[in-house]
Amino acid sequence: MQSTAAVSVSASATASRGGARSEAARRPGGVRVCGLRGEALTCPSLRISQAPARLAVARAAAATNGAVAGSGGGFDYDLVIIGAGVGGHGAALHAVEEGLKTAIIEGDVVGGTCVNRGCVPSKALLAVSGRMRELHDEHHMKSMGLQVSSPGYDRQGVADHANNLASKIRSNLTNSMKALGVDILTGVGTIVGKQKVRYGKAGFPDKEITARNIIIATGSVPFVPKGIEIDGKTVFTSDHALKLESVPDWIAIVGSGYIGLEFSDVYTALGSEVTFVEALDQLMPGFDPEIAKLAQRVLINPRKIDYHTGVFANKITPAKDGKPVLIELIDAKTKEHKETLEVDAALIATGRAPFTKGLGLENINVVTQRGFVPVDERMRVMDADGNVVPNLYCIGDANGKLMLAHAASAQGISVVEQISGKDHILNHLSIPAACFTHPEISMVGLTEPQAREKADKEGFEVNIVKTSFKANTKALAENEGDGIAKLIYRPDTGEILGVHILGLHAADLIHEASNAIALGTRVQDIKFAVHAHPTLSEVLDELFKAAKLQPREGRDSKPSSHPNRC
Amino acid sequence: MATAPAPLSLSASTLPARLRAGAVPAGARWRQARRGRMVVRAKIREIFMPALSSTMTEGKIVSWSAGEGDRVSKGDAVVVVESDKADMDVETFHDGIVAAVLVQAGESAPVGAPIALLAESEEEVPLALSKAQELSNGQPQQAPPAPTEDAAAAPPPPPAPAAAPAPVAAGTKGIASPQAKKLAKQHRVDLAKVTGTGPYGRITSADVEAAAGIQPKSKPAPAAAAPSVGAVPQAAVLPPVPGATVVPFTTMQAAVSKNMVESLAVPTFRVGYPIVTDKLDELYEKVKPKGVTMTVLLAKAAAMALAQHPVVNASCRDGKSFTYNSNINIAVAVAIDGGLITPVLQDADKLDIYLLSQNWKDLVKKARAKQLQPNEYSSGTFTLSNLGMFAVDQFDAILPPGQGAIMAVGASKPTVVADKDGFFSVKSKMLVNVTADHRIVYGADLAAFLQTFAKILEDPESLTL
Repeated sequence: MQSTAAVSVSASATASRGGARSEAARRPGGVRVCGLRGEALTCPSLRISQAPARLAVARAAAATNGAVAGSGGGFDYDLVIIGAGVGGHGAALHAVEEGLKTAIIEGDVVGGTCVNRGCVPSKALLAVSGRMRELHDEHHMKSMGLQVSSPGYDRQGVADHANNLASKIRSNLTNSMKALGVDILTGVGTIVGKQKVRYGKAGFPDKEITARNIIIATGSVPFVPKGIEIDGKTVFTSDHALKLESVPDWIAIVGSGYIGLEFSDVYTALGSEVTFVEALDQLMPGFDPEIAKLAQRVLINPRKIDYHTGVFANKITPAKDGKPVLIELIDAKTKEHKETLEVDAALIATGRAPFTKGLGLENINVVTQRGFVPVDERMRVMDADGNVVPNLYCIGDANGKLMLAHAASAQGISVVEQISGKDHILNHLSIPAACFTHPEISMVGLTEPQAREKADKEGFEVNIVKTSFKANTKALAENEGDGIAKLIYRPDTGEILGVHILGLHAADLIHEASNAIALGTRVQDIKFAVHAHPTLSEVLDELFKAAKLQPREGRDSKPSSHPNRC
Repeated sequence: MATAPAPLSLSASTLPARLRAGAVPAGARWRQARRGRMVVRAKIREIFMPALSSTMTEGKIVSWSAGEGDRVSKGDAVVVVESDKADMDVETFHDGIVAAVLVQAGESAPVGAPIALLAESEEEVPLALSKAQELSNGQPQQAPPAPTEDAAAAPPPPPAPAAAPAPVAAGTKGIASPQAKKLAKQHRVDLAKVTGTGPYGRITSADVEAAAGIQPKSKPAPAAAAPSVGAVPQAAVLPPVPGATVVPFTTMQAAVSKNMVESLAVPTFRVGYPIVTDKLDELYEKVKPKGVTMTVLLAKAAAMALAQHPVVNASCRDGKSFTYNSNINIAVAVAIDGGLITPVLQDADKLDIYLLSQNWKDLVKKARAKQLQPNEYSSGTFTLSNLGMFAVDQFDAILPPGQGAIMAVGASKPTVVADKDGFFSVKSKMLVNVTADHRIVYGADLAAFLQTFAKILEDPESLTL
């Protein structure tokens, strides 16, 4: 029972700290505290560290950018971050808080992929698609007593909404860093040697700066497989699609992961028909299979979507000379030609490739793996011989551990913790992910097959419980009863291994589960937490309450249920 | 629903394929020309609605297991038919291609009517389609000699294949959009036979809908049609009158309004009848002190007449049948403050006038106090409306929904009448006018009923029995 005690201590310590911290962190696009730090030490997933105690200093430092802590040792900066995406931004803000003199180098626009060509503008488009969907669903409207006549949209207006949102978030991000005194250096950063970075813009002389620590946070770009010719008009990637320069009648989406799925939601809501091309045998291969199955029933089958699975798009030719976009499909296994699709447009959503060229990694004996920068669990860069390169870290898409904006930010914060002298390891299994379709999909931790595999290896049992949105008052009030929540846990210890949600506002609901995993909260404890009624959060409430533990000797001594005490 | 897997074989008649166009005189020439090249003789078989039980006269298609364009082999279940007893899988007796579905899932066809056409090979599919068109048009197109069996067996025009597309539409690359494919599957449209009108000759969902004979649903309902969307199927709302006061209907008034509008859907007619009331008036004077009202006397007389003419006491509820009521319940229209209600004298034929009078008094009291229970105002099988007390000579009543007839009674007035011997005399006479639902009550029925009614009133002693 030692671990239980340790957890509760760490939780309370964190809570008190979190309270103080939140004030400092409440800024536009502010710090996200991900992967909680415990002050007590036995829990391996939590941070191993000494006392905190630097808050006052950090706040003073905020104004002067490291004057108090000092950069010492003759370095220009305590920390230089290459890449001002969400990962770099999160790291920079936390570094200032920790009293480090910080600079961030950006060769393109502040905000990176997420803000300019990813999560942010796509959410604007999805907000439009969600409303269009509702307005077009006559049955849904009628059942609520609403009458709407012929809803339509103005493509340019929709595109402007996405673009305006990106600009707004970008300026928020920029301002938040400027306000804290982070030096934003413009140009492409290259590592020229140990603790030395050169940066420069075309047409200007390069500058060289030294830094005690360097974080690589250069992110990724859309991955375009061989044989696919991008013209940006009829064959394009998410970069172009988010500008919504056209709404094709029929668009093929190559890849059925998050990006493809979200775009299928947008395009079908705006009137396009969609054909998915998926190399694996199943659509949505990254999702828990049960969720994928339900998602197919809710998000694919009733819509104007068809799909080809187990095929590669071997060759894609943009529309030209009076011919449509041609997509040659070959069997993923036999490589035999299967058929040629003729569509109006093709969106390539086959994933993302790390953007690490020109970083000068060869100067420090680091070899990328498929473009990714090799790192250890503390995001420390490893050289070709497998040794840690001192004072060099890589976070976010560039290391490929978990290609999500908030994961990058969490990794950045973890790195700053370490260079501030507090060891920290981020628990990646506590990082939630979400797909913003209508309804949304979200998940944290392991999928059922992953959990079962782990259980087989380590010799424990796995239990699954599920609850439905159909039983939730708020969901029914919204007439949005489609969806389930699924909990994967250990019946012997009550440890939460994974939670998967498909349903209204799933992306907002997942955090109760991800926080529980981060904090090590177990089902027998979280089930007593109270949820406001009627809210969607009760879907999770029911889920936790439905989870039954195995009776076990030894546990009886400390009854986990409380009725007698209340 | 229990789907009994009863392997039944379809009766299939073999019809020699015929050309559709009138230019070619008959099938013979074509067949000859064709036979030279072809091994298989062209044959199109009709799939008939099977008789699944001895009492079955028509069957409903639950679903087609095979769709148009599907190749089926002897013994394959092609369709699920719902008989009067159960759902059954029905197998085909022949190999071939389901060329045209004549009766869509959800529709019914009489036993023996063709429900689909089976072509023996691809080549026959267009022919089968043209035949499907003939069948659905109810008669062969233009010239071809029509074998009688054909025309007679023509099913009630199945809407779907009627609009079957230009049969020979090969040549497109057959590329169909995702939604077009979904719709084609849903409506069993063979994409190979649809001409694409979309970009690059692609088949769009509109093309498939056209091929399936579906009116484009105009999903985003045209804005122009929107304003008149009202909950009540009433006439268009007229523009407001300036300065007028608008008082919304009370619940009762709204109910009256609704019933009156609904009555427009019933085909009614009216028959009038003069009745001499001198003896009735005498009787009334006698029983009046005992609390019997004229209304009760009229209701009793109507009930006695109805007992002899049950069809006038019947109603038509579904447009397909008579509903003969086991009781004779006379609803009597009563004007009450701000409305109208029809308290019901139940079993008016069985109870005597004194009991009926007592009941009537109670009902009227309750009606004025708005305390009538639903069965006390809605269980009428015949309605009586009397405006005689206002000296109305005759009027016309609107038939309430759920009843077969309503009687409108005018005032009794002294009238000069001539008898068959040519003697003039002055007698009291009243005019009654009955409105009835002509779907079930015909003119002669109503006339005979009125005659009986008149006889009872003109010799009213029986009323007191």
